[in-house]
Amino acid sequence: MTRVSAGRGLARFDIHRPNALLFVGPAVLVLFVWMIVPLALSLYYSVRRYNLLVLERRGFVGLLNYRLLLLDPTFWTAVVNTLVLVVLVLAATIGLGLILALLFNRDFTAKNVARTLAISPFFVMPVVTALMWKNMLFHPVFGLLAWVAQSLGGEPIDWLATYPMLSVVAIISWEWTPFATLILLTALQSLPGDLLEAVRIDGAGRWGEFRYIVIPHLLRPISALLMLQTIFFLTIFAEIYATTSGGPGLATTTLPYFIYLKALLQFDIGSASAGAIFAVILANVVAVFLLRAISRNIFQGELP
Amino acid sequence: MFFPILWMVLTAFKTELHAFSNPPELLITPTLASFEEALGRGNLVQYIANTSIAALGSTLLGVLLSIPAAYFLAFYPTRRAEFALIWMISTKMMPPVGVLVPIYLVYRDLHLLDTVLGLLLIYVALNLPLIVWMLYTFFKEIPGEILEAARMDGAGVVREIMDVLLPIARPGIASAALLAIIFSWNESFWSLNLTSAKALTLPVFIASFKTAEGMFWAKMSAGATLAIFPVLILGWIAQRQLARGLSFGAIK
Amino acid sequence: MLKWRLLVSFVSLAFASSLLAPSPSPAQATTITIATVNNPDMIIMQKLTPAFEQQNPNIKVSWVVLPENELRQKVTTDISTNAGSYDVMTIGMYEVLSGWAKNGWLLPFDSLPSAYDGQDLLKPVRAGLSYKGTLYAVPFYAESSMTYYRKDLFAAKGLTMPQRPTWTQVEAFAKAIHNPSKRTYGICLRGLPGWGENMAFLTTLVNTFGGRWFDEKWQPQLTSPEWKQAVGFYVNLMRNYGPPGVTSNGFTENETLLANGNCAMWVDATVAAGYLANPQTSKVAKNVGFAYAPVAVTRNGSHWLWAWALGIPKSTKKADAARAFIYWATSKAYINMVGEKEGWTSVPPGTRYSTYQNSAYIKAAPFATLVEALINEADPTHPTAKPVPYVGVQFAAIPEFQGIGTQTGQAIAGALAGKMTIDQALQQAQSNAENVMRQAGYIK
Repeated sequence: MTRVSAGRGLARFDIHRPNALLFVGPAVLVLFVWMIVPLALSLYYSVRRYNLLVLERRGFVGLLNYRLLLLDPTFWTAVVNTLVLVVLVLAATIGLGLILALLFNRDFTAKNVARTLAISPFFVMPVVTALMWKNMLFHPVFGLLAWVAQSLGGEPIDWLATYPMLSVVAIISWEWTPFATLILLTALQSLPGDLLEAVRIDGAGRWGEFRYIVIPHLLRPISALLMLQTIFFLTIFAEIYATTSGGPGLATTTLPYFIYLKALLQFDIGSASAGAIFAVILANVVAVFLLRAISRNIFQGELP
Repeated sequence: MFFPILWMVLTAFKTELHAFSNPPELLITPTLASFEEALGRGNLVQYIANTSIAALGSTLLGVLLSIPAAYFLAFYPTRRAEFALIWMISTKMMPPVGVLVPIYLVYRDLHLLDTVLGLLLIYVALNLPLIVWMLYTFFKEIPGEILEAARMDGAGVVREIMDVLLPIARPGIASAALLAIIFSWNESFWSLNLTSAKALTLPVFIASFKTAEGMFWAKMSAGATLAIFPVLILGWIAQRQLARGLSFGAIK
Repeated sequence: MLKWRLLVSFVSLAFASSLLAPSPSPAQATTITIATVNNPDMIIMQKLTPAFEQQNPNIKVSWVVLPENELRQKVTTDISTNAGSYDVMTIGMYEVLSGWAKNGWLLPFDSLPSAYDGQDLLKPVRAGLSYKGTLYAVPFYAESSMTYYRKDLFAAKGLTMPQRPTWTQVEAFAKAIHNPSKRTYGICLRGLPGWGENMAFLTTLVNTFGGRWFDEKWQPQLTSPEWKQAVGFYVNLMRNYGPPGVTSNGFTENETLLANGNCAMWVDATVAAGYLANPQTSKVAKNVGFAYAPVAVTRNGSHWLWAWALGIPKSTKKADAARAFIYWATSKAYINMVGEKEGWTSVPPGTRYSTYQNSAYIKAAPFATLVEALINEADPTHPTAKPVPYVGVQFAAIPEFQGIGTQTGQAIAGALAGKMTIDQALQQAQSNAENVMRQAGYIK
């Protein structure tokens, strides 16, 4: 990112350049207040012993909360689980999204209806999604999947206990695949038809068409997807809270859930704040990696 | 993909006894009993009103704040502008649970607890980065020459945005707004924790069906069906609008 | 642009509907906000509230009804930050004993009106809601835990459930009756993680095996032989004779399973008795039997003591209206009204001696005398054979317990699901508990 794209902008209008403060200022101010106030308070609480339920023994404890956090194996399990969850859901949503997008890019009867139905999960509240999957599909006695297993002569599986992480990944993927589908489909539909024809005349097969035209064309939307979804998935909470509650054991305890345990179960605001500071650091580390890798695609795609 | 939703809607029309039956029943005599009971659980009109005000108000405010910001970032790009954009997005990475208590205490002192206004402000902050970013990518696709022409005619910056930019960018704005509405409508964490009685929203109402002492799948399904219905319909109607703004620069 | 127009009309419609939303009630009436759990007994209270509003025309009641976990989070954050959103809170014995009373967050009930008859409240329940002799919350219903069993299934195998069973006997019964191919499971027990879910039950099991949460110096005891033995017994029992999906079964799920005829035995809250003995909600109403909770080496702490109670936060500005409501909802007259309108098995149990002298209730509820005896026998100050520094049968009444209990419950659920061994699970729980206790300053 050494050079900033100026190809398209109104750079030569620089004399008329509007006041940045006036234009970007309000939005930045809102976000700055939104970010800095809780962050500063969290930093402050993170060096104190502060349990909402205990009026005694409050006060400055230095880095004790951080030290206990780093020594806590649960914390590290939560960090690993968070990353595993994000990577798996990213792979599932983008993979499935691509397949669906390619499918809906063709013509078939009732295509619009099918597409409308396929993107519906995205509009459903996460709370409803989680309750629906947990009770009506995954339930080992009354759930639909148990019935299917039994009808096929198998044993019903207690999905959320036997494959907790995969089940959660399935739920979140179901919810977010439509988002990926929509973005990739929009991108596919903008593929210039003559370009494809040219490749076909050159004798490239379907695979060649896909490999040399479609994939490069989708690079930018996929980059955008990677970044946007990572941001959302890093803070996923409701789906885990309403299905596995982080378990069994620690199988689905992610960082947000870990912080929840500290903040709203133990009401230990000191530890929770230390955890939150770590989560922010982790998010920023991920963001830096991600941006390094894909920002060229997002911000400077129009440059050669 | 749609099947789970369909199944839930079907369950909503069953009686509690049938909701549990194994093998599952597809052919049923529909009953509205579960809906009646779900409605009896609370003041649904109030919840819908609260959810709509918070979702629509925050979206409106968010779009108003975003348009000038995205305009500036897209048409006068500098390194600092690019940094500002990335920074805005990074504010979304804070896990809400981590900052709940600070926000709660601040809200208590500002008397914003259990107010729709309080929720609305949170949603503005939550959605702002996304709206700015979507508008930014959309504005970047608009050739600068069009705005240039307007300026040659002597239009000021405000006129330029109002008369030239906005009409062209309407699909992008609509799309960003739709996404913001969907996210705010479905938001459950902040609404659960910052409201108590007056400002309760639909997701909190649904949460009240979670593990009652006694399983109420039909009632839960009925409540959930009512709660997702408006946004589902909105999404169906507006899916093309939504898709157009999600291009992220892929459309040349 | 039809779609565009549709969109606009949807938006304006939504706004219009929000403007038409009902305006708040007239200024002269006091509106009190009550936070409560979505348990059936509380839903009935909500349903009967118009009767209260008729008697007190200047008080309006607004309800916040949530599942137990969410309710706890909200009322605890509210009261500890003095936010003042609620006038009446539904709280448990744990809240009162773990510091809410000591911290001065609750208004005391030091002068109960004579018509209310405070002496009629069951003594152990009253004691469990008092701090230094003063009552801080009034019981709405109270419960202990007991063994439910299916008389028909026992008779078919020629078995008899003793009045006071041991865990060894229970295991033998479960083995004899367990028949998964017919979806009849030997025993159902809680497996859903949470200090108020699986750990409430498991703590009574550990108690009766002679284990305790902390020694006298607040050192966590989760890796002690008693804990290993009790948890090992539980995991084996559930793996061999339990239903599928134990780790997602809490109170509600097990109640549904038993009422559907899928369980031969169940050890859980006495409050389920009314539901199970009611033919409208239970397929096995005629065949369900009741016995004491099973015992291993000590009878101490083998069955729990719990009460859901109504308290008034100090932050309220409507204490008089709040008190009026609480006196109404926990009165003898209220219990009678529920009995007459909803049926006697639905009355809130365990709070008043007069309930257990009411012939209509005794007749409708065959379990009544057993429940009264169980509540009277429970002793939160001696939860196991060894001495403990805390109060509480199925919990340790310190603020840190919620976190410790829930994470221990998670670990044990992990062992039950086969994700780790019992030793690993208890070791993990122990190090977490030590961590929390150190952080809180109990131990170095």
